[in-house]
Amino acid sequence: MAKVPLTFTLNDAEIGVFVVPGSNLLDVLRRGAGDLTPKEGCAQGACGACTVLIDGVPHLSCLTLAEMAEGRRISTTGGLAVGPELHPLQTAFMEGFAAQCGFCTAGMLMSAKALLDQTPNPTRDQVIEAISGNLCRCTGYEPIVDAILTAAAKMQGRTA
Amino acid sequence: MSLSVETYPTLREASQAIGDRARYIGGGTLLMRAVNYGDQSFDRIVISREIDRTIRNEGQGVRIGAGATMADVLASRDAGFLHPVARVIGGPAVRNMGTVGGNLFAAAPFGDFATALLALDATVQMADGQNQPMESFLSGRDRARGLVVAVTVPRVSEREFRFAKISRVKPKGASMMAIALWLRGSGRIDEARIAFGTMGPTPLRAKAAEQALRGRDLTEPGIAAALAVCCDGLQPADDPLATAWYRRAVAPVHLKRLLLETR
Repeated sequence: MAKVPLTFTLNDAEIGVFVVPGSNLLDVLRRGAGDLTPKEGCAQGACGACTVLIDGVPHLSCLTLAEMAEGRRISTTGGLAVGPELHPLQTAFMEGFAAQCGFCTAGMLMSAKALLDQTPNPTRDQVIEAISGNLCRCTGYEPIVDAILTAAAKMQGRTA
Repeated sequence: MSLSVETYPTLREASQAIGDRARYIGGGTLLMRAVNYGDQSFDRIVISREIDRTIRNEGQGVRIGAGATMADVLASRDAGFLHPVARVIGGPAVRNMGTVGGNLFAAAPFGDFATALLALDATVQMADGQNQPMESFLSGRDRARGLVVAVTVPRVSEREFRFAKISRVKPKGASMMAIALWLRGSGRIDEARIAFGTMGPTPLRAKAAEQALRGRDLTEPGIAAALAVCCDGLQPADDPLATAWYRRAVAPVHLKRLLLETR
């Protein structure tokens, strides 16, 4: 099957790639655009490791047909840091031991970013709800929830 | 497997393009899962540029475009009585993707929204202009030809409609079972519609229990007869979430809790 052209914005960079029809967006991001931050866990919408933001809203890239991303604005964990400066969420995850094996981390960060973009000062329950589509088999979630609350506080100029 | 992706300008044209080897893609949460796992039953994916995500009051009901996502339902005040259903489907990302139209085709353990629509006696509108009640649509959905463009749901009060999703993982987990109730009458039940999800290949009505509730009070003795027959006609299966035996054993317990819930 002939490949088809696809253009989209990835973390503020214009991307143009040729994709096999029927590919999922995750494959296109990883193999086509070379962004290895989103991960494939289950490929069926249960784990959330592939979570990216499309036009600012969380989507599962493994269940997004690549052709449907045409012209959209996609954000991944690969675009969170500004130069050498990590995003406050990344710093909080690192300092709060919110990543153990790290496989879920990229998805967790994007779900958390979408939450804080909309709700800068979330309650603990709102954090739990926001990451309810992201599975973590290491941490038991508590350090992740704490890290997101810490990052929120820091971004608001408070201490958690 | 090689797939082709076809894009059509209108829902009507997309509807005509779907067939044995061609599937329509809405939010992708069901279809891309099949693609990722190498489903060989189709080789064409159909996209429509025209997508109806509108939700609006229409006569006695609320019309929901088939392309409306669960997040769209949650953002609509007109669909407020359906918020308890949309809220418990998937996680945030799934709710941003999964559509009302797609949920009508979701096999167990999915299809919680369709379960609610069955209890509420919604009408399914097809691209060719034909309308079908939810119940007959579900029983023939595997043979369905053409695209669903919208559903119309009677507007009910929060008092009349009850919904429970029973899952093993909170806050997000697939349904061990889902129960939707539409209860009319004040004090006594004049009319009851009861739908179970994940208690058969499609959401199914518990008609014997509906009959047994008619003219009764929502009290323990009033509902006892309905609970005794609530699994009649259901066809639960064994799956990794629960056995059929367990589902039958706990269905009356969950139905009882929902019926006696204080409002």
